[in-house]
Amino acid sequence: MSQISSASPAFTGNDPENRLFGPLPDVTGEAGYEPDHPARVGFFTDTSVCIGCKACEVACKEWNTLPMDDADGNRDALGLSGMSYDNTGMLGANSWRHVAFVEQSREVDLPMPGIGLPAAPGQGAGSGGGCGGSCGSAETPSHAKADGVTIDQHSVLNAQALSSFDPQMAQSADREIRWLMSSDVCKHCTHAGCLDVCPTGALFRTEFGTVVVQDDICNGCGYCVPACPYGVIDQRKDDGRVFKCTMCYDRLTDGLQPACATACPTQSIQFGDLDELQARADARLATLTEQGVTTARLYGRDTDDGVGGAGAFFLLLDEPEVYGLPPDPVVTTRDLPSMWRHAAGAAAMLVGVALSGFLGRRR
Amino acid sequence: MSGRHAEESATPGGGSTVEGTGPDRAAQAPVAQPDPEVSQPRTPETGRTGRPNEDVDAPLDHRPGVSGVATPGGGWRKADGPSAQKREGRKRKGGGRRGGGRDGDPTVGDADFQSYYGRQIVKSAVWKTPDVPLYLFLGGAAGSSAVLGAGAEFTGRPALARVAHLVAGGGAVASVGFLIHDLGRPERFLHMLRVFKPTSPLSVGSYILSPFSTAAGGAAALTLLGSVPAVRRSRGWLPRLVRSTGLRRTASVGAAAFGGPMAAYTAVLLANTATPSWHEPGNQLPFVFTGSALAAGGGICMALTPVDQAAPARRAAVVGAAVELAAMHKVEHDHGVVSEPFHIGRAGKLLRIAKACTAAGAVGATVVGGRRWGAAASGALLAAGSLLTRFGVFDAGMASSKDPKYVVIPQRERMAARAAAQEAPPTP
Repeated sequence: MSQISSASPAFTGNDPENRLFGPLPDVTGEAGYEPDHPARVGFFTDTSVCIGCKACEVACKEWNTLPMDDADGNRDALGLSGMSYDNTGMLGANSWRHVAFVEQSREVDLPMPGIGLPAAPGQGAGSGGGCGGSCGSAETPSHAKADGVTIDQHSVLNAQALSSFDPQMAQSADREIRWLMSSDVCKHCTHAGCLDVCPTGALFRTEFGTVVVQDDICNGCGYCVPACPYGVIDQRKDDGRVFKCTMCYDRLTDGLQPACATACPTQSIQFGDLDELQARADARLATLTEQGVTTARLYGRDTDDGVGGAGAFFLLLDEPEVYGLPPDPVVTTRDLPSMWRHAAGAAAMLVGVALSGFLGRRR
Repeated sequence: MSGRHAEESATPGGGSTVEGTGPDRAAQAPVAQPDPEVSQPRTPETGRTGRPNEDVDAPLDHRPGVSGVATPGGGWRKADGPSAQKREGRKRKGGGRRGGGRDGDPTVGDADFQSYYGRQIVKSAVWKTPDVPLYLFLGGAAGSSAVLGAGAEFTGRPALARVAHLVAGGGAVASVGFLIHDLGRPERFLHMLRVFKPTSPLSVGSYILSPFSTAAGGAAALTLLGSVPAVRRSRGWLPRLVRSTGLRRTASVGAAAFGGPMAAYTAVLLANTATPSWHEPGNQLPFVFTGSALAAGGGICMALTPVDQAAPARRAAVVGAAVELAAMHKVEHDHGVVSEPFHIGRAGKLLRIAKACTAAGAVGATVVGGRRWGAAASGALLAAGSLLTRFGVFDAGMASSKDPKYVVIPQRERMAARAAAQEAPPTP
């Protein structure tokens, strides 16, 4: 019977490769579980279909009986962040899901009559007189000339037109407005900084490959808080211990989905086996790219990234830092062997300097 | 898809952010009058959305390949109504791109990075001040004093040994106190010893601090008890054991064995976090901390010891001060933007005073350390320098965690360097 270890795989002796950093295909097995352990599960949060309803936040708070707090994590305080519709503010001890709201705009040049394609303005002026259905047919040749597929795209019944209809975008005067909404959550990293640095073993890797705090073990040392490269885990000040998303460990053991994924009305939050989610995400990214959404990118999907790939990963429509995510997070323990070596050198230096002082002259 | 119509772009101001708009915008631009009603009858179905139909097919981004630091996401900017801008100005002074250009202009005021409303990305350490900086200082001073105490014990310097044992023991016991007080659940401090994890500097530190504080505290207790008149006179076995040189020497050797690690591990404790200004200089901080520990331990011991026995403490203090200053210089200058918090704000002020104290103390110890008043003054200066260095380093890290730029900019630079390395022709 192997022992479940809360230490990094580096020190369980199971894995000679990628012990602190890099891809780790069977992170659950590396933690000491028998080979018949359940598949690693995760979240795929597709922010392109998030509507910012915060059902995930509410479901999470309800299920996990999390206390109320304001945007800065102050317990039992009701406060508006004053910056957007986001009054949750951040992930913390009392908010394990956080829907980010980013309102963006860009200038659009309103098409003016008389400027543009030489042939088109006449038509524009003609239709400006308030024509009815005939207008469409009158313009058809022009569009057909411009592009054979244009007509198809004007039909709302057209699948492609529907799929590129974007509820997150609107136009106001000379601006286009879009809202980026993204439900952030603990990433359940392959190489989890919090798990690596926990001195009590309170944080451990579950049989599902997730990372969970045992609240009867945690002694509130707080080391995991600054160790997380995403700033997820936090201490509940009046309680002393740390708390974070458990991916509803209690629900998983009963064969249920996590509360947030269950509550999500748009399937922005998808729960499932990690490899299946990754395939789904790759397909979704390909679809969006094909539709011209060039800024879509997966975040936390790459198993070669700084945390060995995340158990909860995202499809984003802008740079990660726009959503408050670090663009290139690296598990802090990657550099720990080098730090230990330098510390050993420094300790030897101290002893050497202190003792060599006794060698010289008496005074 | 969007590229097909690039040459047809009928919109004026082609150089602006909508350059290369979607096909339908390009095709419809002439007919889409400022009055949105105009275009709606054409395609009644899309009119149901209540929006100009050119939006319907517009992809989220019209400019392929223009994502990056300079022009992220096709010219999208955080919507910046005046109130939003004011709010942000209140929240974050300087730094960030938001102070600059209006939206739609990707270049003006595009300082350096983006963030989510200027909010911090990594969490700040929840460690209490002054508990933890004091712990860093006391642990360091105790660690180097323990080594000095063992050296003095075996070279016939009883006065130095006595002072060093007391400093080491007092520092070690106080350290344990501060560390336990800092826990969120102090009654569970023994949970620190239920596992051993080399990946956790705090776990390793617990296994350094426990034997160290036991041995150093024991040596100090034996030293103190041995000078109690009743113990000195008594002939019982217990007082004899307390007076025995062997036991005290054993304790002092034990403490000395853990003294170096005790002073060094706290640097790794800070460095092994995602806090930018602690993590980046992670290979230099151990030398800052051990140098600082030597300066503090040596300084305190030389200040409290008769000068004829204090020479080893003096030498250790001077060398330690030099190491501290040199290593700190690297921390403050070798890490680009992440070194900035060491220069500005409260941390910068503390570290400037710390440097002055340490340098003055080292010079004083060299020049007038042979005289009692000189030793006392320069020893106090060295200890003050060490204490302020710990507070300064702690503060700098806390400041770096609060500003997202210290997270985003180094990571962006790292990504850019990686991309550049990939583009470079592979070397055989």
